[in-house]
Amino acid sequence: MRVMLVDDDYGRMALLRQALLSGGNEVVAQLSPADDLLHAVSQCQPDVILIEVDSPSRDTLESLGQINRDRPRPIVLFASQSDADTARRAMRAGVSAYVVDGMSSSRLKSVIDVAIARFDEHQALRKELAETKTRLADRRDVDRAKGVLMQRRKLTETEAYELLRKMAMDRNVKIGDAARSLLAAAELL
Amino acid sequence: MNVNTTSAGLEKKRLQIGIIPLVDAAPIIVARDKGFFERHGLHVDISVEASWASIRDKVVAGMLDGAQMLAPMPLAATLGVDGIGTPMLTALSLNLNGNSIAVSEGVYRAMRLTRREPVSAGRALKALLEHDRIDGRKPRVFAHVFPFSTHHYELRYWLAASGIDPDRDLRLEVVPPQLVVQHLRDGRIDGFCAGAPWGAVAELAGVGQRIVNTHQIWNNSPEKVFGVTREWADAHPRTHRALVAALIEACRWLDEAEHRPEAAQLLIDAGALDAPPATIRTALDMPVPGDPFFGPGLVFYRNAATFPWVSHAIWFIRQMQRWGQVAESVDAAAVAAEVYRADIYRDAAGPLGIPLPDTDHKDEGVHAQDWSLSCSGGTLAMGSDRFFDDAVFTLGGGQPA
Repeated sequence: MRVMLVDDDYGRMALLRQALLSGGNEVVAQLSPADDLLHAVSQCQPDVILIEVDSPSRDTLESLGQINRDRPRPIVLFASQSDADTARRAMRAGVSAYVVDGMSSSRLKSVIDVAIARFDEHQALRKELAETKTRLADRRDVDRAKGVLMQRRKLTETEAYELLRKMAMDRNVKIGDAARSLLAAAELL
Repeated sequence: MNVNTTSAGLEKKRLQIGIIPLVDAAPIIVARDKGFFERHGLHVDISVEASWASIRDKVVAGMLDGAQMLAPMPLAATLGVDGIGTPMLTALSLNLNGNSIAVSEGVYRAMRLTRREPVSAGRALKALLEHDRIDGRKPRVFAHVFPFSTHHYELRYWLAASGIDPDRDLRLEVVPPQLVVQHLRDGRIDGFCAGAPWGAVAELAGVGQRIVNTHQIWNNSPEKVFGVTREWADAHPRTHRALVAALIEACRWLDEAEHRPEAAQLLIDAGALDAPPATIRTALDMPVPGDPFFGPGLVFYRNAATFPWVSHAIWFIRQMQRWGQVAESVDAAAVAAEVYRADIYRDAAGPLGIPLPDTDHKDEGVHAQDWSLSCSGGTLAMGSDRFFDDAVFTLGGGQPA
């Protein structure tokens, strides 16, 4: 299939491109949403256009199936010719597809499944990155809170950590959060 | 805590409502920030969406309970021509007027307009396009915002009535409103029809000039509606009515002139609109009476603005048929009555004690001035409904009521 990608997240676009190429597809254009999409469509004649659900430029693609004397291959939203379940999964993953009307549905579905998988994976990556950042922040704050306890209560490092952990357990919060509230309190005193 | 007794038995109280970053999203933002939703027992979270396509998809998927929509969108959805074909309905019009047609500085200079109004602007544009054709220039490009938009039909109406074939003499493209100014600057489009504040933003940026206000094309023309899927409306009848009542109250609040500056501030503070604050304020200012360009400006409540006139829906379906989006065989009156639910509006508005029209239809193009409509609850002050080419749109077959 001839696929056109429209995304302003270059990391995600690269992931998706790789996956599509290894599935035997051709990526005929990679664009950012601010590019001239209609011109690119008429130049590259894609079978499928994959675009982020929340891209403002989707409304431009919506017009491809409408009032088109000079476009012999009307392009429609994937949802209008497919199983509702795949369309819904795609939207939840954050990708929508515009396809040439009448395109064979089994090959189309494989392209869209690849897109859903890559968008999901990318979302998971972003979440993981955010979690890693939180973990790093936790370790930093726990270290600082231990320092405060060691200095003010004259505790050893192990004792300070045990106390911090007990505080977290008593209040039913994560140790990082306990450390942050202790630091905030220490700042006030 | 809610103070309104009608909140008893709401099927759902916590709701997600979608809006597009435009000044006429004001009723929804006002209903949230001035407590109108809350008074009806509703907790509403507003989700700012990037495109009309995403509004439609998320309403269909149930990720949004309802949304600000272009008036023709629920019709296109029910007619099955919008790509998804999930039946939708509206029981509330959110506003009248508000769009403008702007052209690039270059086109503006070439048009040499002395007045900003549709007849002379149409004539000047037609002359310019004739010149282009003789010079062998490639077709000009005008943008609107969605295939099923008031902007699209208003633009086509104006062009066609000016003797310009919108499919042959120029090219129409869809550009999202937040990108029109950039596209005009880059020379990718020559003009656009978009909602407030984007025409003013183009002027402020020095890249374009407004030449026609859509009020001048069709006085007090319907603009946005509050839309839901038919399935959602059937499953949440009480919640739906509470939403409509809260939004009517927000629209009434918005049409008190002294509230407009506060409304502008709410929109600016909500951060939904990435436009210069001055243009948001100006778009909400009430023009001086009789302003030849803006007319009454954005109207949210006056002139029975909140009522979902079934005749408006018929007008939109006729435009879809005129431009080949929908088959001639479609029964416009039947579909319109299915989608524009004046009965639900009356249910919701009844407890508010406001005058309600006795009929679901009104003729268009028959009042050049403000007029009044008598109804069982008293009289309703109505606005002019003139088309710039003096056309008359009646359902009785030509004879105005």
